[in-house]
Amino acid sequence: MEILKKSQSGSFESSDIIILIEPVEPNSGRNIDIDSSVMLEYGDTIKALITSKLDSYNISDIHLIAKDKGALELTINARLETAIKRACNIQKATMH
Amino acid sequence: MLYIPGNNPAMLQQGGIYGADSLLLDLEDAVALNQKDAARILVRNMIKSIDYYNAEICVRVNHIDTPFGLEDLEEIVPLQPDAIRFPKTESVEELTNLIKIIESIEDKHGLPHNKMTLHLMIETALGVQNVFDIAKFSKRVDAITIGGQDLTADMNIKSTKDGSGIDFARKMIVMAAKANKIDVIDTVFVDVNDEEGLRLETEYAKQIGFTGKAVINPRQIDIIHEIYMPTDPEIRKAYRIIKEFKKNKKLGIGVFAIDGKMIDAPIVTRATHVLELAQIDLDTI
Repeated sequence: MEILKKSQSGSFESSDIIILIEPVEPNSGRNIDIDSSVMLEYGDTIKALITSKLDSYNISDIHLIAKDKGALELTINARLETAIKRACNIQKATMH
Repeated sequence: MLYIPGNNPAMLQQGGIYGADSLLLDLEDAVALNQKDAARILVRNMIKSIDYYNAEICVRVNHIDTPFGLEDLEEIVPLQPDAIRFPKTESVEELTNLIKIIESIEDKHGLPHNKMTLHLMIETALGVQNVFDIAKFSKRVDAITIGGQDLTADMNIKSTKDGSGIDFARKMIVMAAKANKIDVIDTVFVDVNDEEGLRLETEYAKQIGFTGKAVINPRQIDIIHEIYMPTDPEIRKAYRIIKEFKKNKKLGIGVFAIDGKMIDAPIVTRATHVLELAQIDLDTI
């Protein structure tokens, strides 16, 4: 799947994560920046979640920034799904 | 029934700890127009993963006439929460359409049509006028509720603390629910700092027949429980009535007296309700 435009989801609120996505040149790979209030304990888990989600959407070229404020795994997955669907124009029923 | 905004992870994940009987995960008014997609996905994941203990889970979707309603249903119906809450219900025609959509989604996922119930919000003058027909339309409708804020807006009147502008609507909605033997939930009390006002409004709601009340803040739950829970003397009296009723029933006596007061079927019904609220198993009496 191709990232068509910049997108964002989530918030800086506690227990949430903000995800920013932007398209990159084809074949330039994944550039993932993660910052978390629990980086030491869960940084690797967050990275694995993001990688797995990108794999499931077959996204190989992307710049993704994640700022985490202690979000649960299910919240990280929800925010990733929202940002990806927005960036790929596959989320119909919302108003931007 | 505690309202929880559908795009707030902290509140969604903590919803079960406040002791509310029912949680309303809100995709409608509590969610900004440009976050409807995010809330839908977040609520879906929460329902799948979070333990809300014994609370009833109800999801308020957007109206099917909005750009969001259909996608809300497609995302939420397959999860079969205890109930879907549908806003601004005005006619049996739109209810027919809603149920048709829900059942077609259930068919697609091989789900039964009789598990998830519907809570219908009456929030317009037209909805109030049609409420009896709406309440009796389907067995899936097991509760109706009044949406006070939207109703006052629709009626173009001020929302006041004494609720005088919506008093007629409250009573119409209660009567329609009672006539159809379904639950009826009162609207929220929006001033979370006015505990006395909440207490007065809840006492009134109980007095005219509402079976529960919606809240927007966990701080309001205890006051509502306190008002709706029967007192110890009420429970003891109800227990005695049911015990005597069972004893007399065995002897073929339908009407009897306790302390000189006549006990007949309506009093037995009320006593039964008190014991049910107190979660006392009637078979143990």
